[in-house]
Amino acid sequence: MLAFLALFILAPGTALAATGDPAEPGVADTSQVTESAPAERVDVVARGGPADVELLAAGGEREASILAQEPDDPVDDPPAGTEDEIDEPAPPVGAPFQERLAQTLLTGLQYGGIIAICAVGLSLVFGTTRLINFAHGELVTFGMVVAFFFNAAVIGPGLHIIPATVLAVIVGALLGAGLDRGLWRPLRMRGVGRINMFIISIGLALLIRHLILIVYGSRPGNYTDYQVQPVINWWWFSATPRGLWVLGLSVIVLLAVALMLERTRVGTAIRAVADNRDLAASSGINVNYVIMVVWMLAGGLTAFGGVMFGLTQVVAWDMGFRLLLLMFAAIILGGLGKPYGAMVGGFAVGVVAHVSTLWFPAELQNMWAMLVLIVVLIVRPQGVLGRKERVG
Amino acid sequence: MNFELILANGLHGALGATAIAFILAAIGLNIHFGYTGLLNFGQVGFMLVGAYGAAVSVEFGLSLWLGILVGIACAVVLALILGIPALRLRADYLAISTIAAGEALRLFYRSDAAEPVTGGVFGLTGVGRDFYDLNPIPRGSYDFGVIEMTSREVWTRSVGWGLVLLAVILVYFLIHSPWGRVLRSIREDEDAARSLGKNVYAYKLQSLVLGGVIGSIGGILWVVHRQSVTPDGFDPVVTFFLYTMLVLGGAGRVLGPVIGGLLFWFILRSFETFLDEAMRAGYIPAAIMEPADIGAARYVIVGIGLLLLMVYRPQGILGKRKEMVLDVR
Repeated sequence: MLAFLALFILAPGTALAATGDPAEPGVADTSQVTESAPAERVDVVARGGPADVELLAAGGEREASILAQEPDDPVDDPPAGTEDEIDEPAPPVGAPFQERLAQTLLTGLQYGGIIAICAVGLSLVFGTTRLINFAHGELVTFGMVVAFFFNAAVIGPGLHIIPATVLAVIVGALLGAGLDRGLWRPLRMRGVGRINMFIISIGLALLIRHLILIVYGSRPGNYTDYQVQPVINWWWFSATPRGLWVLGLSVIVLLAVALMLERTRVGTAIRAVADNRDLAASSGINVNYVIMVVWMLAGGLTAFGGVMFGLTQVVAWDMGFRLLLLMFAAIILGGLGKPYGAMVGGFAVGVVAHVSTLWFPAELQNMWAMLVLIVVLIVRPQGVLGRKERVG
Repeated sequence: MNFELILANGLHGALGATAIAFILAAIGLNIHFGYTGLLNFGQVGFMLVGAYGAAVSVEFGLSLWLGILVGIACAVVLALILGIPALRLRADYLAISTIAAGEALRLFYRSDAAEPVTGGVFGLTGVGRDFYDLNPIPRGSYDFGVIEMTSREVWTRSVGWGLVLLAVILVYFLIHSPWGRVLRSIREDEDAARSLGKNVYAYKLQSLVLGGVIGSIGGILWVVHRQSVTPDGFDPVVTFFLYTMLVLGGAGRVLGPVIGGLLFWFILRSFETFLDEAMRAGYIPAAIMEPADIGAARYVIVGIGLLLLMVYRPQGILGKRKEMVLDVR
């Protein structure tokens, strides 16, 4: 689709490129403000990874300044974080294909684990309340930034990252519960429609994201622990201990969530509410209580995922928003409202994003994940694991 | 506190080219969302392909006027590619797939792979020279009471508002035609429209194309005014702004996006100036907010505004609550 569009635009252009005059006499490129990508992660693993250093020119700064007189545009202003992935060891360029494949699979699984943890919360919330929560990405950022406060902030207590993560998860769960009690439950009681709720969550997302930007600032940061690590080489794989821990922890947490859903009373209640809310209510389940538990669970899990995300990449104000569409891709791939689907979908999206770098530029990896989302919606909207029902 | 400056900047914001571009895109979105009930969250994608269609054509030596046609054609193609498969989806699925499409487009246009054509992250410059060469208004500054405009501003704004007027008239007549009645009946009850023998899918596709084309004209006007185009200007946040404008003015009303857009940009710009002035005067201590945070603060305001509007007055200023049934099955 995109290639077609590009061709469409290209065709008239390239045909005339020879005759056209590319020089632009009238416009002077005066102020070309470039700033180097902030705070590159330095791993000891530089084995010819993709050049991550990206010069992000702020918005329309190349505009000829003589012409710019009107106060300008909304979208340039907030300084962008690092747009492209800064990640775990990249495969050496000259390595054999299997080795590169193995390596991208590993990093993809690790990325996917983070997506899965965050997406499970989104999926549970959708399953129980039918709310498409666009503010879910901000819960990711929130957890990430709270852990940053406890761990690395100048005014913070400077805790080790492990207790800081525990605190972030608790605060994240409280935020989830608070959002439910303060906003979503009253709206449910008023009978506000789903689409209205969806748009409300967009407003909430803008609000939280930019409050975080004001409080945290625009400079990406790093946690103080587990930054510089030796690389373990094993067979075709190479990884940092940090990366392996992140992958292991996400698998453990996901298993724990699955166990909770299957074996505990509240887990059963959650599944019952997700399956049929009225039936659950009439068989004596306190639906509002269950939904609050779901929100706490979502807040806590997402905060945990956020810390893991910040640990493997950077801590920045817009990280969660960048993960949001990948989370949607994950839950739609697995079937909306199915928590296990979200888990599988998360790993699949992560792997697709990273394996695509074998053939395509790394900066396009998230684009492939979004295309997967669109294709799944069109071909099989109930998701790979979903039951067939009419959604179109 | 210089209240005259606050007022003047607010008026500049409301009348300026950026506001006009966004109002045009919101008029297109009104056709999708307000009249047909399509939750298109990828309107920024239409602005993007329109803007790049024009900018790339100019970059390769075509005139801007041909470029505008190329931009519009790109929007039609995007609407067809996106709409043919995605319009079968239920409302919220459509929203997710359109926002993903818009974001995928932005990522593609800013990538190194597309750089030879689109200029990558830096984008392209000098888009609107043909447009400014036509400027008949003598150089100088023109006084309009509270605000002053340069000849360039007078030219851009009068053309822009002319376009808005044309779009409003077009929408008015279309919506009051039999075609428009079918659109509204699709919004109210798709199955009923279908049972009356209307090809709902075709009408939705026509609506998507028409609104997308108007959106792309907004995008073109935006980059002509800015004289440059960068992919990161076409963030999903733009679509959220459009929805805020639309909901503020009243979705499903002909003048809704215009009134909403005027108010939205007036509030945004005057609020910004107000914060700036308050900081200068020392009313806001630097410990709480720095000048660099003003950009973020206005997004906070937009967020709160959208939230409160949807909670307390989803029909906006002009809308009728009865007509604005947002709860799609």
